[in-house]
Amino acid sequence: MCNTVEILKIIEENARLSPEEIAEMIGCDAEKVKEIIKEKEEDGTIIKYKTLINWEKAGEEMVYAIIDVSVSLTREKGYDDIAKRIAKFPEVQTVRLVSGEYDFQVVVKGKSLKEVAFFVAEKISTIPEVKDTVTHFVLRTYKEEGVLLFKDEEDKRLAIVP
Amino acid sequence: MRRIRDLQSSHNRRNRLSKKVQEIEPSGIRKFFDLIIGRKDIISLGVGEPDFPVPWKIREEMIYALEKGYTSYTSNYGLYDLREAVAKYYKKFGVKSEPDNIIITTGVSEAIDLALRATINEGDSVLIPDPSYVSYKPLTILAGGNPILIPTLPDFKLNYEKISKYAKITSPKILIINYPANPTGISYRKKELEEIADAVIEYDLLVISDEIYAELTYSFNHVSIASLNGMEDRCIVMNGFSKAFAMTGLRVGYVIAPPDITSAMLKIHQYSMLCAPIVSQIGALEALKNAEDDLERMKAKYMRRRNFFVKKLRNFFDVLKPDGAFYVFPDIRNTRLSSEEFAEKLLMKKSVAVVPGNAFGECGEGHIRCSYAVSMDKLKEAINRIESFLKELNLI
Repeated sequence: MCNTVEILKIIEENARLSPEEIAEMIGCDAEKVKEIIKEKEEDGTIIKYKTLINWEKAGEEMVYAIIDVSVSLTREKGYDDIAKRIAKFPEVQTVRLVSGEYDFQVVVKGKSLKEVAFFVAEKISTIPEVKDTVTHFVLRTYKEEGVLLFKDEEDKRLAIVP
Repeated sequence: MRRIRDLQSSHNRRNRLSKKVQEIEPSGIRKFFDLIIGRKDIISLGVGEPDFPVPWKIREEMIYALEKGYTSYTSNYGLYDLREAVAKYYKKFGVKSEPDNIIITTGVSEAIDLALRATINEGDSVLIPDPSYVSYKPLTILAGGNPILIPTLPDFKLNYEKISKYAKITSPKILIINYPANPTGISYRKKELEEIADAVIEYDLLVISDEIYAELTYSFNHVSIASLNGMEDRCIVMNGFSKAFAMTGLRVGYVIAPPDITSAMLKIHQYSMLCAPIVSQIGALEALKNAEDDLERMKAKYMRRRNFFVKKLRNFFDVLKPDGAFYVFPDIRNTRLSSEEFAEKLLMKKSVAVVPGNAFGECGEGHIRCSYAVSMDKLKEAINRIESFLKELNLI
């Protein structure tokens, strides 16, 4: 009884668990878990394993900016074409098509304000279909990928209770 | 004046305590607590409460309630909206009820007390499974009842035979049933409940059904005994928000009972407790309305931990796989230690706290209660420590 969705949920939260440990958690065979993970890696369901790092704590200043990008569409160039063009820059972390006043939400990472600002000015704004950009620099991140980056609660339970 | 004071100071201290109170023992779990105070390296598997904080939605709603000034008494019954929500919610366990048959209590602990005090006459016998949660026996004694413990070994379950055997000789009035059970984690399927219900009807018993762990049933769907044919008018069903929604310290639960028993319990509740705390009641309403996702998330985690922990413990001990709650009750008799010795040595040598099984009744001897309401990392570390404890002492 190896539930694939259950396995995916478990490794989405902690990618470092071994197949043996996962098997024990869901009550199935470790070989079967290995097999399912391999299959899901190969078919692209599992995209990549990454580590969530608090760079501020590591003492490395990273500058993130969220850019609202408005575009004008033409017969030749639709959303997908423009998005791909933007997404291919390594400085760009995230590209999303969103509803609302602008079209794309783009997250850019750089070493300094200047670097990010020039990147936007030179590489994003100059794309012919881009009408307008608004840049928001990130001052502090409180939650990332569903994980709180601050600690304000600890276990307050008594060690022994009924 | 002085002479009067002299007389007063020599009054007999032995007589000033209630005989009933002197008759009951302090909780065996609490005794253990003193050994732990001030120690930081402890991994505690002794905790009978979720390791998750109250879901933020619920806390946020309670904060808002405070801001809006909800700080008054509520009706003795509890907030109408909450009782209505409870009535609707309990249909999932098969029970039809009306807001008028429900009292919101200060946790299930109060509900147990209310049910016993509302129904027991001096000397009435009450059947209680052994082992079971620590409060049933003392609360029965305080209510003037006569607790009759039914040994449930080897499977820790009640059945028709076990109940009949004791019902025949003691003509009891009440049966207390708790499932999924603290401390064993066992629960009953509908078929097993039917069998228990047969005994209940044959011996004309009232049932106090403590279903606080109902939501944390992993192996099958929880069914309330009150939903079975002919049982509705015999059952006092209690449940609460402590375990399913991690709201232990907020003290809010409820009891669903036939009208006459509800009125009787309400009298005690209105004079002793008045009402459950309003902020907790508002949090409880939010829990029923909007926190099902949080509940499912927590439940999935408990289930994974249970599977992992039981598998590991089985390398050392005989372990019944628990159906629900967040306890596992391994048999440690192969170590030739008593449950208290085992728990104390494990705590002193390896800083892992578990609760000796005899705290839950004589039949719990030879077992320890481990809670798996702790993080996976801590569970793993606890297993490593238990393993090295057993090896160092050549216990198995």
